[in-house]
Amino acid sequence: MLGYPAHFGQMECVRMIASPRYSEKRVGYLGAMMLLDEKQDASLLITNSIKNDLSNSNQYIQSLALCTLACMGSAEMCRDLAPEIDRLLRASNSYIKKKAALCAVHIVRKVHDLGELFTKAARSLLTEKNHGVVHGAVVLITELCERNSETLERFRKTVPDLVQIMKGLVISGYSPDHDVAGISDPFLQVRILRLLRILGRNNEAASDAMNDLLAQVATNTDSTKTVGNAVLYETVLTVLDIKSESGLRVLAVNILGRFLLNNDRNIRYIAMTSLQKIVGTDHNAVQRHRGTIVDCLKDQDASVKRRALELSLALVSASNIRSMMKELLSFLSSCPPELRSQTASGIFNAAERYAPSQRWHIDTILHVLTTAGGDVRDETVPNLIQLITNTSELHCYTVHKLYRALLSDISQQPLVQVACWCIGEYGDLLLRGECQETEPVQVHRAQQTLVFPSANSDCDPVNPLTAPLSLHNSTPDSRIRSIVSIYGSCIDVELQQRAVEYNALFKKYDHMRAAVLERMPVIEKNSQGHTNGETIKESQTVKVKPGEPQQPANQVCDLLDLLGGSEQPLQPSPALGSAAPPIPVSTPNTVGGDLLDLLGGLEPTPITPVATVTVYEKDGVTVTLGCEKQSDSGLTVTLTASNSTESDIRGFTLQAAVPKSVQLHMKAPSGDSLPARGAAKVTQMVVLNNPNKVNLKMRLRISYTSQGSAVQDTVQIDSFPGLGQ
Amino acid sequence: MLSTTGKTRLAKWYMQFDDDEKQKLIEEVHAVVTVRDAKHTNFVEFRNFKIIYRRYAGLYFCICVDVTDNNLAYLEGIHNFVEVLNEYFHNVCELDLVFNFYKVYTVVDEMFLAGEIRETSQTKVLKQLLMLQSLE
Repeated sequence: MLGYPAHFGQMECVRMIASPRYSEKRVGYLGAMMLLDEKQDASLLITNSIKNDLSNSNQYIQSLALCTLACMGSAEMCRDLAPEIDRLLRASNSYIKKKAALCAVHIVRKVHDLGELFTKAARSLLTEKNHGVVHGAVVLITELCERNSETLERFRKTVPDLVQIMKGLVISGYSPDHDVAGISDPFLQVRILRLLRILGRNNEAASDAMNDLLAQVATNTDSTKTVGNAVLYETVLTVLDIKSESGLRVLAVNILGRFLLNNDRNIRYIAMTSLQKIVGTDHNAVQRHRGTIVDCLKDQDASVKRRALELSLALVSASNIRSMMKELLSFLSSCPPELRSQTASGIFNAAERYAPSQRWHIDTILHVLTTAGGDVRDETVPNLIQLITNTSELHCYTVHKLYRALLSDISQQPLVQVACWCIGEYGDLLLRGECQETEPVQVHRAQQTLVFPSANSDCDPVNPLTAPLSLHNSTPDSRIRSIVSIYGSCIDVELQQRAVEYNALFKKYDHMRAAVLERMPVIEKNSQGHTNGETIKESQTVKVKPGEPQQPANQVCDLLDLLGGSEQPLQPSPALGSAAPPIPVSTPNTVGGDLLDLLGGLEPTPITPVATVTVYEKDGVTVTLGCEKQSDSGLTVTLTASNSTESDIRGFTLQAAVPKSVQLHMKAPSGDSLPARGAAKVTQMVVLNNPNKVNLKMRLRISYTSQGSAVQDTVQIDSFPGLGQ
Repeated sequence: MLSTTGKTRLAKWYMQFDDDEKQKLIEEVHAVVTVRDAKHTNFVEFRNFKIIYRRYAGLYFCICVDVTDNNLAYLEGIHNFVEVLNEYFHNVCELDLVFNFYKVYTVVDEMFLAGEIRETSQTKVLKQLLMLQSLE
């Protein structure tokens, strides 16, 4: 009670409840409601007292008992006392009937089966004159109908009665008892409307009976006060939910529109909440109010802003994209931080669907990145890069804009990443294009300043180092080489690794450098949204088991992503699997193989598979999958590969990608070469953790070298054996 | 019912919670509600429920309901309740509520039961309360 433990009071309560005097009983029951709840054992002790009190002649004592039961009755107590409650529902005293009705509601909520006990009584209660009783009865019926669809059918017959009651309330004159600001008993009206809504859902006959009534309520109710608006709101919700005729629906949407223009913030908020529900079906009707909704974006209340944002994003269409985007962008610069990422992703989606021109699209995305770059999702960076490569005529324009943006503000990480990549790829355009006076030295200085902050923060250091490299290709400059070699002794391990590799590229493989660092080909657009983004992320974040052996695999993956694409002009593109991966990758067998040699061999880890199934079989290479459930959400998958061809297979690697909420942990493979004719197998264990129990899928990328040519394939695994789903 | 200083004047629970859960909930509700001023709407989304609140002088009256319930109706319910309190205590102030908390609980029980609005007619409620008072 108020945070302090109050166990001392419990036995006192029990004692007091049992006493015959009313005042003591009252305190006892009050204490019981406050201190006892279902979990306490002392509550069982009062069951008998409540039972006796329910049959007491004094109605106030009865009401006390009812209150307590309704407040904290446990399931057993409810079961014991349900027949008593039923008896009381038929009692003559309306005061008791009211309480009994609501007590019955509580019982039904606690113990669903007891609902049938009350249906008959509930029906008869509807015909009472006392508003309180009718109110209780309506609540009880609502509760019963929500739980059980049979009762729902039975109560459909009461629709005419309910309509009658409502009519009485709406048309009848002034009734001082239940009047609130000029509307007779709005609470009862709201309740009845809600029940009508439940009864009329998906039912033509019932809905027809209600149509007139709803129209009448909608037009007659006075909407200057909050109560009136409450009733109107409930009416609108009912109209939209049942199978009403179109005229009525138009009326409902108009009422919502009127709400939107209201000065009271509350009313605007609930109007937008309901509009959101119908924007899918009655899109045109909501479009009419687009102007007001967009104005609400500037409201000071955060929840109103959120609703307005969601609605605006839903209302964006091809015709109004430009004006809406202007509003949304100005909102982005002034919106509260918790809404930023939602706005950003909404803007991206809308831009993607309805962009009138590529240039506009790129402009919009750049604007978003400069204002709210820190809050955008990770997959926007690859998407943007892909978009830029697709619009070849705008390369020059894009890279200039990015360079300018970068000069002014370097803190936004996605912007930095995109800019680095672009400058690296199209650096020559930058120098050749408009700003011809920009000397190369400025660009390199920009690169230098780029790498320093990114090395200090924990963003991906790969990009900044790669960009100068590509730039070097087009505009050779010795300074780049010196920058890169500085990082050979950097503290950050990844940065250092890269720098060393690139240095090696300069020294040992100078003849290959030009080809390796050629411009990237156009990235194919793929339709599978997040799994492909996932593939990039997964291959970059494949967890490293402590120890060196895993590093080669990690590096190979990264290298594949960055350098592999440019190798395509060198080798004929291999037959790719079912879906085109985001960046066409081919095994750089020379570069990759050398690096593997540079950094040591791999540790073998023999494992025995369980419940295997063959997932890939082509050109003599077979991959089987076995899985074993470790825990409720954990799964160990074992991939085994074997080779039945006449020649050996080298450089065999497996990469896996899984849906977003699943965590993936790849252990070291047992080896990377498959000798001919199935002499030995390669096994690799993958540990998956599926806490959200989503449908488990995995995409596997298999790459190897056979008879001097590189093969790379992708296979999707949708069903896992032994999962028991 | 919360005061602006964070003291709970009245708390009525219609659902099962542990003691420390209750305390945590009260603190959370207080944190959410007191930072809002007149510029904000009277409805707040809270976990998977809604809080409908209204400030009267130094007290916040909060009702926590399901997402499907009608906001404005409960707002009016709060106002109804406050009017009854006003009538019963003859120009009620916070001290009245503190010293006569058991009477306030009776009023709550008259008007709300099992989580729903029970009696809406102010005259009827007042009549009942006077009868109960005479019994003591």
